Amino acid sequence: MASLIECDDVWKIYRVGDVDVQALRGLSLTIEQGEFVAIMGSSGSGKSTLMNMLGCLDQPTKGHYRLNGVEVGRLTPDELAGIRNQQIGFVFQSFNLIPRTSALENAQLPLFYRGLSLKEQRVKAAEALGRVGLHGREDHYPTQLSGGQQQRVAIARALVTSPSLLLADEPTGNLDTQSSQEIMRILETLNRDEGITIILVTHEVDVAAYAAREIVIKDGQILSDRKTKAGPISSPVGA
Amino acid sequence: MAAFVWLTIMTALRILGRNRMRAGLTMLGIVIGVAAVIAMVSIGEGAKRAVQAQIATMGTNVIIIFPGVTSASGVRGSQGSAITLTVSDALELKKRIPLLVDTGWSRRDVLQIVYGNKNWNGPIYGISPSYLTIRDWSFTSGGPFTQTDLDSAARVALIGQTIVDNLFEPGEEPVGAVIRIKNVPFRIIGVLAPKGQSSQGTDQDDVIFIPFSTAERKVFGTSFIGSVAAMFGSTDQVEDLPMAAEQIREVLRARHRLQAEQGDDFTIKTQVDIGKVQEGTSETLTMMLFAIASVSLLVGGIGIMNILLVSVTERTREIGVRMAVGAKRYHIVMQFLIEAMTLSLVGGVLGIVLGVAGAKLTTLIAGWPTIISGNVIVISFFFSLVVGLFFGLYPANKAARLNPIEALRYE
Repeated sequence: MASLIECDDVWKIYRVGDVDVQALRGLSLTIEQGEFVAIMGSSGSGKSTLMNMLGCLDQPTKGHYRLNGVEVGRLTPDELAGIRNQQIGFVFQSFNLIPRTSALENAQLPLFYRGLSLKEQRVKAAEALGRVGLHGREDHYPTQLSGGQQQRVAIARALVTSPSLLLADEPTGNLDTQSSQEIMRILETLNRDEGITIILVTHEVDVAAYAAREIVIKDGQILSDRKTKAGPISSPVGA
Repeated sequence: MAAFVWLTIMTALRILGRNRMRAGLTMLGIVIGVAAVIAMVSIGEGAKRAVQAQIATMGTNVIIIFPGVTSASGVRGSQGSAITLTVSDALELKKRIPLLVDTGWSRRDVLQIVYGNKNWNGPIYGISPSYLTIRDWSFTSGGPFTQTDLDSAARVALIGQTIVDNLFEPGEEPVGAVIRIKNVPFRIIGVLAPKGQSSQGTDQDDVIFIPFSTAERKVFGTSFIGSVAAMFGSTDQVEDLPMAAEQIREVLRARHRLQAEQGDDFTIKTQVDIGKVQEGTSETLTMMLFAIASVSLLVGGIGIMNILLVSVTERTREIGVRMAVGAKRYHIVMQFLIEAMTLSLVGGVLGIVLGVAGAKLTTLIAGWPTIISGNVIVISFFFSLVVGLFFGLYPANKAARLNPIEALRYE
């Protein structure tokens, strides 16, 4: 069986004015199904570019990126949208919930674009909200929820499609310590109990400590790639 | 897909509901445009129908022939002043032109009519019996005079409703009463059914008909026996009118021995000609109002486009999120198109309600006849849909072409 993610000599070059900016410079990376990976790096290191590419929001300029064996570089924007809808869940630093829309409807959104019936959408979204501990808050609007709760709605939205890959871009960046820990425990549980592959971008060491593998990016290349935990993941110290 | 469209419509309505003031102002252009179209077309149709009804009171498929003008040493008289048409012309026309169902003739003078201690000055027409059928006169009581009355120059009269109102007490039966015209007693044998105003605005019911021969010999007095002030003909089909008019012209020219270089010494008008002038006026009006309404709809459409462009900018992040979770381009396009069409359709429906109310109010207050046709409502509805679609396309495409990464990062 192929790896979930295979990056092979991936380059991403942006043109800013007259200057070419090489955000990724021949990066190669393999991530297996069920891994929990933390990607670290300073700003400008290319980690956001890598995340966008892994999340099929962007395509490599050169090189190959295969997700579940599918060459992403050749897909059209609509095909990319289809892959995001079917296989990828996003969790953002700033939650990115749709304002003035209830938690349930926010969680329904990916299913809405999948074309499920309204009833199915509601049942699955309610179930996803239950999994992140937001049972009973279905009708709350984002403004009525705390930051941690909003992020949990975002996780429910990412989960609702049963994706094979969950991408979390600084998921705790806007949260206090306690909420951060709650969020990380939810992600950890999802990885451990449901086998969802999680890729986490962070610059906080204690957040990265939840992951079993830590990749450090610098200047568009992998600086280090090491397993921080052996075997099946156990609860990290101090969490 | 059905679920998608339905939910998108619900979302659009909710978004519009949240920004009621903004949505209302945006729709205003469409509301005014559609209301203007509906009200104006209704008033225009009403006016047209009224004109048609007036023209119909002339009779059915009528051709009118007036004599030419006199010319004494270059000074020309008024229309019909020449004595060029005669009873025998009319009889000849009927004989020679099979297209003509009937021909009739008349002469007119304004004289005092006396009944009891009341008097009235009204137009007296000396007519052939066929005149009544050609001009579609019917009776509220009594009946027409006959060829025998004409032959014997009988002293009988038919009177219009205006004469009845002015000479008789309410409830008094005019038929059988004797009135005096120029001191000649006439027995009333029929009361004419009212026709109302003519298309020129004259009261068609202010009229007394007496047999042509009676008028000629006993009332008007004439220096030229048999001359008529107007001749009338009618055809079976309205399409036959131009052909019949042309044939009348040929026959009359031959009878009057006119040379090729000489102009006609008569004028022929058909009901169609008269109708065209009247309808032309209301058509011009309708076209002008339609142009104004179109401008209003255009402005309304631009308003919708403007507000949607603002909305796309405001909701850039939301669009980014939607794309990230798997919205395809057409999903985004549809979302904004449906929003645009919801705006324009709600505006259109409000405009229809307002327009219909405006038309009804016009009838109520100004007393103008209005006709609200289902067609114009359907067309307005469709048109507002098209406006939404057309002006929604650009913002919708703009939204769909956003780069998801940039959209997600948008502050």
